[in-house]
Amino acid sequence: MDLNERPVHELLELLAQGAIRLEEVLADLEAAIRARDQEVHAYLALAEQEELLRDAYAKSQTLLRGLPIAVKGNICTLEFPTTCGSRLLEQYRSPYEATAVRRWKEAGGTVGGITNLDEFAMGSSTEHSAFGPTRNPWDLGRVPGGSSGGSAAAVAAGTALAALGSDTGGSVRQPAALCGVVGLRPTYGLVSRFGLVSFASSLDIIGTLTRDVRDAALLLSIIAGGDPQDSTSLPVPVQDYTSQLRPDIRGLTVGVPKEYVPGQLGAEALALVDRWKAVVEELGGRVEEITLPLTEYALPTYYLVASAEASANLARYDGVRYTLRGVGRGAAEMIAASRTLGFGPEVKRRIMLGTYALSAGFFARYYGKAQKVRTLIAQEFTQAFTRVDFILGATAPSPAFRVGEKVDPLAMYLSDIFTLPSALAALPAVSIPGGKVGGLPFGLQLIGPRLSEARLLSWALALEEALS
Amino acid sequence: MIDDETLERIETLAGLRLSPQQREKMRQDLSRILAYFQKLQEVPTDSVQPFDPLAGQTNAWREDVPRPSLPRDQALANAPATREGHFFVPPVFEE
Repeated sequence: MDLNERPVHELLELLAQGAIRLEEVLADLEAAIRARDQEVHAYLALAEQEELLRDAYAKSQTLLRGLPIAVKGNICTLEFPTTCGSRLLEQYRSPYEATAVRRWKEAGGTVGGITNLDEFAMGSSTEHSAFGPTRNPWDLGRVPGGSSGGSAAAVAAGTALAALGSDTGGSVRQPAALCGVVGLRPTYGLVSRFGLVSFASSLDIIGTLTRDVRDAALLLSIIAGGDPQDSTSLPVPVQDYTSQLRPDIRGLTVGVPKEYVPGQLGAEALALVDRWKAVVEELGGRVEEITLPLTEYALPTYYLVASAEASANLARYDGVRYTLRGVGRGAAEMIAASRTLGFGPEVKRRIMLGTYALSAGFFARYYGKAQKVRTLIAQEFTQAFTRVDFILGATAPSPAFRVGEKVDPLAMYLSDIFTLPSALAALPAVSIPGGKVGGLPFGLQLIGPRLSEARLLSWALALEEALS
Repeated sequence: MIDDETLERIETLAGLRLSPQQREKMRQDLSRILAYFQKLQEVPTDSVQPFDPLAGQTNAWREDVPRPSLPRDQALANAPATREGHFFVPPVFEE
């Protein structure tokens, strides 16, 4: 029956009607995992089928009826190791679970498995995992994007119904675009970061990877809301985003920044963008060309802020508390030996970059400067939103690239060029499938004002319905 | 270009040890990345405040009531070495 290919909201309806049984869903999922996960390698760990079934039965009368989601490997669960795709945390088992996971379970959901990621979520291809790369289900020679590549690939391959990911500079939206699924990055602070392993604290947020926009609304309704365990979570009451969905953009103005559709996208992608604009007008919206000239500064701003915060956050891996210890005479040598042994090359590069940017004599020139440019980037968006209701553009500059294609760190960083600015500005954004380029999925990104999730998802739903 | 002395200092601050080969690669990567990042200096930021991702929200207090904390055995469970209920580390100061 391929129930594993259906969105969660549809399965919940079928289960409520008694048209299908829970074990049929789980059986289809298991069959898909057996058939595909060896080649895709989306998962780092899987729940025992019997346990999942037992858990699901106990929850069959709840809101989520025992349906499982996949959880990115940097989000803490009690059931699985939280490795962050790193040798350093290969044996690490969290003594607590993330608030987002706890809320999913309390609503009657379960965790089906843990997905692969670039080490500590640093990367755009899921090639930087210590446990081997994840492949794109559309073409196994290509990357799924990253860093939530395992979560995106699992949903695309039908080996997960939906998944949690994390987005620091685009790590939910870019893999969603490359795998042809829906990826939502909520407003910074809307979802608790408690239990999300810290990378860059002023940017990190848990997001969702789903088969459609309705599922994004469903998952967000469950995981969002203020949390006393995270003092940077916004004191926003829990709300039902699904019931607020109104797929209607009549009379709205949609801004298309020229910086988000540069000529280098290529003819096929540019034609697709023209089609998106035509669809907006067919739906009764108005397209306005806008310009966000600071876009070109988003990349250096992001990498300075994110690397600096990462170098501080990752200082906790000192060979004392977190499982892996190297050999050294005295504490300092032991700490350096542990970190040198545990971290992979990209993580080391970012720690070095961040340490440099924060070091005496360079702070004002690098980190300080970047945090100020970040203010200007945010102001540019605020200004744009006085004229347009939301912003539309490509999610990523190209469809999925080949495994091993981008060895130069700067070239890899550039694949996040359209997702970085809104992350820096703490804004919500969603990537939906926008069509194909070269036979591969190509993502359409919508960016809205702070805390506009109910409207943003409504606009996304209107476009999703029109494009499918 | 980052010189040897700076690179060594950053390595010590970062708690990392690079082999001579890795160090050369790191020097090249960081030099290129930082040269590209010079671009930021083009943007005038004289009277600009650093960004606040929470838009002015302050003082997120929690109820000041005692509650159970992580039990000691769980807090130590991931430690590579413990002794008598404590984290065990090599000496910090030489004799």
